[in-house]
Amino acid sequence: MAIQSTRETYYEAIINQGYTRRDFMKFVTFMAAYLGLKNSAIGQIAKALETTPRVPIIWEHYQECTCCSESFIRSDHPIVADIILDKVSLDYTETLMVAAGEQAEAAKHETMKKYHGEYILCVEGSVPLGSDGVYCCIAGRTAIDQLKEAAEGAKAIIAWGSCASNGCVQSAKPNPTTATPIHKIIKDKPIIRVPGCPPIGEVMAGVIVHVLAFGKLPELDSMNRPKAFYSKRVHDSCYRRAYYDAGLFVESFDDPNAKKGYCLYKVGCKGPMTYNACGVIKWNNGVSYPIQSGHGCFGCSEDNFWDNGPIYERLTNVPGFGIEANADKLGKVAAGALAVGVGVHAVAAALSKRKEMRKRRKAGQANLQDIEN
Amino acid sequence: MGTKLYKRVYVWEFPVRLFHWLNAAAILVLVVTGLFIGDPLALMENDEAYKTFVMGTVRYVHFVAAYVLLVVFLLRIYWGFVGNKYARWKNFLPFGKNKAKKLGHVIKHDILLVPEKKEDYYHELSIGHNPVASTAYLIFFVLLAVMVLTGFGLYSQNASWWLPKLFSWVPPLLGGDFGTRLVHHTTMWLIILFIIVHVYLVIYHDVVEARGEVSSMISGYKFARWERFRSFVRRKEKIRKILEEPVEEEMMS
Repeated sequence: MAIQSTRETYYEAIINQGYTRRDFMKFVTFMAAYLGLKNSAIGQIAKALETTPRVPIIWEHYQECTCCSESFIRSDHPIVADIILDKVSLDYTETLMVAAGEQAEAAKHETMKKYHGEYILCVEGSVPLGSDGVYCCIAGRTAIDQLKEAAEGAKAIIAWGSCASNGCVQSAKPNPTTATPIHKIIKDKPIIRVPGCPPIGEVMAGVIVHVLAFGKLPELDSMNRPKAFYSKRVHDSCYRRAYYDAGLFVESFDDPNAKKGYCLYKVGCKGPMTYNACGVIKWNNGVSYPIQSGHGCFGCSEDNFWDNGPIYERLTNVPGFGIEANADKLGKVAAGALAVGVGVHAVAAALSKRKEMRKRRKAGQANLQDIEN
Repeated sequence: MGTKLYKRVYVWEFPVRLFHWLNAAAILVLVVTGLFIGDPLALMENDEAYKTFVMGTVRYVHFVAAYVLLVVFLLRIYWGFVGNKYARWKNFLPFGKNKAKKLGHVIKHDILLVPEKKEDYYHELSIGHNPVASTAYLIFFVLLAVMVLTGFGLYSQNASWWLPKLFSWVPPLLGGDFGTRLVHHTTMWLIILFIIVHVYLVIYHDVVEARGEVSSMISGYKFARWERFRSFVRRKEKIRKILEEPVEEEMMS
């Protein structure tokens, strides 16, 4: 407790950064709206940020491309990035910290020791388990080693992006490094999965503000994703949904239907299977999102989306049957083969059973003669 | 010389027939609408989106048929406990008494088409489902269960009613909606394959055995050789006794 009382609160940090209280309140209101909370929650978040000492954050990068961090610092209200990434509470992140080498590792270990059981561990990237984890080494140690050490004293873990929450491209078949998402490695800590490649910046900000402001995890669905952002399909909040229900589809990307903005379902839009908030929050400060820009949803926040291709076709491939083997193609071949088989069987049966049937027919004809009236 | 004597047996009770045809109709509708949903036709339509509702209607019909299938599925399971001996759940297990001989007969003479040696082989014929068919129906039940689970699993996210919501645990189990859709779509094809074989074999048995196989699912009746009935056995016994009675004395007097 002694340590906590000397730590500045989020509010203090924000004001010290040069923001006004008005900026602060605007930020809090945004966050409450993203989280889908009602008006009264705005006061609660403001109060929590005013009184809660900052929670230290360790932000690890493993097998990833840093697009999650990029997305996060582009969330539409800079305060999040400013207070969390820039100055105040980010005690360790390879991408943004000033320290390097031994100093950086020392700072991390100090945080882990000092705030044992208190800090939030954010993980960006999957962890390779193949060949004893040598495919990703930081400061001379493997990612799996680093992760286990950092997770041990963490209060909770946030798995940012598809890499950390489902393995993303590096775990696509054949997954040469055995890239593994965090929840399959760490079993004894609460883990929030925030999938997406990258996740929407505002979603990341919302998740982290929820954890900081309320001191607990946001409500999660059965796949440990925050319900506020991942409870609906992209399809269900899509502004082109009316065209889908009407049955008006883009047939190819250069047809007039594409120009008219019809539904992209038939050119492989994965919106109907993808749970994300893209249709509502959108990207780049609400400017657009893939479907609005004329390209189908990629399904980037779903498990194994790289293996659920092809990208520009509606039906996904059936695993184990090579490329371009979707259920319809296989089904048609199987049904055709079966129909031929049945026909052959019918002919064979007619030959094989001909004696029996001839005998029966004669008996039946004899009965015909026997009929009295 | 005429045919053997046959007796009419009420094999398929009304609920069994009703469920069969409701199922057939529901599956037909589900397959057609399902294929449409998977790969919709191109509409040559210049109207605004609000004037047409083709996909919405097809989906609606699909969901209605899905409810019919679910209800019939549950009722059929119930009937498996209260129905007659040919409707009971035990029929669908491939093993049990007297089944081995019949199973062997079906495989040898109906699937591999080895010509019949015996003149009279009615003892090896099944009056209800034969063991191969019943095993196929058991697998078919599993396929339907998979369809119900994955279909309602996909539907559950949009539903506000509690019933479809009961299935919301399915998609996470199959790796999200992608995997669930794949299973749903692939299983549909397995059902189509089943239907091809089912319809063929029904016609085959009708032609080869001439015991009213096709019409039995309409009327409920099938025909079985008189020799298979207890009444026949009793009568045979009686005749045997009469024949064995010492009759010479009476005739003499």
